[in-house]
Amino acid sequence: MLHIINKSPLTNSSLGNCLRVAQSGDILLIEDAVYAATSGNSFEGKIREAMGRFKVYVLQPDLEARGLADRLIAGITPVDYGGFVDLTTTNKNCQSWL
Amino acid sequence: MSEASNVKKFMFVNRKAPYGTIYALESLEVVLITAAFDQDVSLIFLDDGVYQLKKGQQTKGIENKNFSPAYRALEGYDIEKLYVEKESLEARGLSEADLLVDVTVLGSKEMGELMSQQDVVLSF
Repeated sequence: MLHIINKSPLTNSSLGNCLRVAQSGDILLIEDAVYAATSGNSFEGKIREAMGRFKVYVLQPDLEARGLADRLIAGITPVDYGGFVDLTTTNKNCQSWL
Repeated sequence: MSEASNVKKFMFVNRKAPYGTIYALESLEVVLITAAFDQDVSLIFLDDGVYQLKKGQQTKGIENKNFSPAYRALEGYDIEKLYVEKESLEARGLSEADLLVDVTVLGSKEMGELMSQQDVVLSF
């Protein structure tokens, strides 16, 4: 299953809520959720922990827009818009944690 | 009444990351309007608002306008009081060197005191 997050982890609980409920699968961080994929962010420990049970992806154009492409945590996979589409088709279903 | 007594202290409180919502851009536009009225304007950046000032924003991929260079133009409108909260930077792994404009870094308590001294506080 694919879980899509679009909110910053430090001002919104949606990524934390997702990690509480979901057990495994793919996580795609888009829009303001890309901050969760950056090293030095105080959510880093939680996302690293989640990387043990999820495969974590980040939408590269959103990371670049925010000036943080050079801060990506190792082990998180950057994808472009085509990769986003692929994730929605390779997974059986999808939840957007709005 | 003297001209000086008509000057009020305006503070813009920026707490949202850029691009994900419209708040950061809207704040910037109102700041530029305010500059035309010769008021005492301060901008503060708290929480995810500090991300507005991150160097190296490249928005071609999301087809949005990169408005971050406009923060560097504020000086030309005599808006020179930019304050960033130290705790917010640290929580995001950022330092003053990551910011695209000169700012004054303040701790939470000092930031709160500065806020309480204002005549008008505008929240974004």
